[in-house]
Amino acid sequence: MTNYVMNHLQELESEAIFVIREVAAQFERPALLFSGGKDSILLTHLAKKAFYPARIPFPLIHIDTGHNFPETIEFRDNLVKELGVELVVGSVQEAIDKGRVREETGVNASRNSLQIVSLLDTLEERKVDAAMGGARRDEEKARAKERFFSHRDEFGQWDPKNQRPELWNLFNARKHNGEHFRVFPISNWTEMDVWQYIEMEGIKLPSLYFSHQRECFIRDGVILANSEFVTLKDDEELQVMTVRYRTCGDMPITGAVESDADTVAKIIEEVAATRTTERGGRADDKRGETAMEDRKKAGYF
Amino acid sequence: MDYQHTELLRFTTAGSVDDGKSTLIGRLLYDSKSIFQDQLDAVEESSKKKGFDYVDLSLLTDGLRSEREQGITIDVAYRYFSTPKRKFIIADTPGHIQYTRNMVTGASTANLAIILVDARKGLLEQTHRHSFIASLLRIPHAIVCVNKMDLVDYSEEVYDQIVQDFTDFSAKLEINDIQFIPISALMGDNVVNRSENMPWYEGSTLMYHLEHVHISSDLNHIDNRFPVQSVIRPHKIDFQDYRGYAGRIDGGIFKAGDKIRVLPTGFTSTIKSIELAGEEMEEAFAPMSVTMTLHDELDISRGDMIVRENNSPDVTQDIEVLVTWMNERPLYNRTKVIVKHTTNECLGMVKDIKYKVDINTLHRITDFDAVEMNDIARLSIRTSKPLFVDPYGRNRLTGSIIIIDEQTNETLGAGMIVRKG
Repeated sequence: MTNYVMNHLQELESEAIFVIREVAAQFERPALLFSGGKDSILLTHLAKKAFYPARIPFPLIHIDTGHNFPETIEFRDNLVKELGVELVVGSVQEAIDKGRVREETGVNASRNSLQIVSLLDTLEERKVDAAMGGARRDEEKARAKERFFSHRDEFGQWDPKNQRPELWNLFNARKHNGEHFRVFPISNWTEMDVWQYIEMEGIKLPSLYFSHQRECFIRDGVILANSEFVTLKDDEELQVMTVRYRTCGDMPITGAVESDADTVAKIIEEVAATRTTERGGRADDKRGETAMEDRKKAGYF
Repeated sequence: MDYQHTELLRFTTAGSVDDGKSTLIGRLLYDSKSIFQDQLDAVEESSKKKGFDYVDLSLLTDGLRSEREQGITIDVAYRYFSTPKRKFIIADTPGHIQYTRNMVTGASTANLAIILVDARKGLLEQTHRHSFIASLLRIPHAIVCVNKMDLVDYSEEVYDQIVQDFTDFSAKLEINDIQFIPISALMGDNVVNRSENMPWYEGSTLMYHLEHVHISSDLNHIDNRFPVQSVIRPHKIDFQDYRGYAGRIDGGIFKAGDKIRVLPTGFTSTIKSIELAGEEMEEAFAPMSVTMTLHDELDISRGDMIVRENNSPDVTQDIEVLVTWMNERPLYNRTKVIVKHTTNECLGMVKDIKYKVDINTLHRITDFDAVEMNDIARLSIRTSKPLFVDPYGRNRLTGSIIIIDEQTNETLGAGMIVRKG
């Protein structure tokens, strides 16, 4: 007798595809939040599989902070063309110019939390009622508490104490006018699962993720890339380093790791041996013990 | 590294507040090397700030501001670790006041429940409640961990007595596979590594059980059930006539060439192909997400169900369910609600609340006004359109419903179908 067993990657894939299809079926105007990072690229790949041979039936939304790695933007534009899907860009620079948000000052200034306003503005303009994202529960302790279908009130806020129970595979998507949902189809994936799946499926990624040489400097123990968006302190000096990125946010806040891993297989080995979390290199998470939770309550992704 | 054969096991933990759940989870993560250095550093620092003289591994799992402030777990959190054999998803559920609601949330998708018993205290009311919920939710496997063995001098007699007590009590339950393990989560005895303190225990460690328990028959692979999620009609030149039915298989094994019936219309056809993203497969089984095409052009839409020609679920507008109530709004007879079942959603009317279950004694309560938060009750519901249901004991996916409030849209209850009404 054949043993009817799926391996963990197939099961995670099957679960995510089910969730993506539920979103398309249960909401009027869903969208996929695309950052250009590996998780949102993976999510886009899963969405493509979910509806094949039809096109992905919702737009990708990119909240452009203006502080992106150029590699990310190039990759994004190619992917959108290849999939024939609509891309919506919400611009943080525009929000700053309009006076909707005020830019942080100082050497550690970041546009990460400024994204919240542009994100909520874009969702409102497009009347998006379900914004899918590539967040994973293993990333951060506040995210470990997330549901697949995460209800947001009319202000876009998350209330961790008042989440809907999530039972079996029955996702309750009912809501009042003005409210919306965030949906996280790859909630149950870990960083390792993501890399193993990328290898299994041969998913293409921006070159940032692979070992390359880059002009960097070190601040508070984090390796940051030199760019027009940073101001060096007196004791910081530039040096060319062999690095790659485990995660990909804004240039001024995303830490690189020194690495020779230039293939997915080598990255998997590296991830298996590493002793620090993926978000360990994110300066914004180090602002406080509950930095992520506080941002999420305010409407962050 | 070989990850092509790694299976996924979902488990939940149950036990009273101080039985050491968080410590056990911390221990599993720690001993399987799934804790990163920066997480550990953060926990060490928090422990110090709180004035503890040890590293409190439970801080790893309490992530929310108010949880850390109060030192309690408020809501279900999910944790992950893996070994070369399996990847594990832990639904870490709080043992506090809202136990039923939270436990049901964690238990609904679990293959296995770990039930923790404090060796010094033996079986408590909470142990009974949690075991009953595990049984009610038909979690296929249970492991009773007799914890804190270090505090009873690793006594075999203490352990044997608890095993005996639990065995007597569980005769009333419907859990087929129960294992017992004496452990100390704090000291690490029999969790990942075998204990030298209990040479009298000849069974395997907790981790060994988690890695080897047989889970591939947990899903129903006999009765073919395919609820249609959506219909794929590409508007592309190459796929003009393509009509695919997308969904996730809830039961059985489907093959190309199989004769099928579509519910509720009763039309029959033959499966032309089963595919995902253009890749055809000879057969597909639960819980795979696939797309099916049929030889005949039938009118099929979301909420319909494709089944084997001669093996149908009950098609009915009357169901009897056991519900666990999860909302502050009480439930009275004749309340109108929304019922969600597979990919179907419709109005329903609670016709009769038959009884409530006293979850300490498992006795029936017939004298009551309403079903309140955390109650378990048996109801009959009339739905506005037919549902295609199996008894929950036969299929956890086609046998479950959620009940939603028409006005607030909140999920009010979780229901397990006992039979058609």
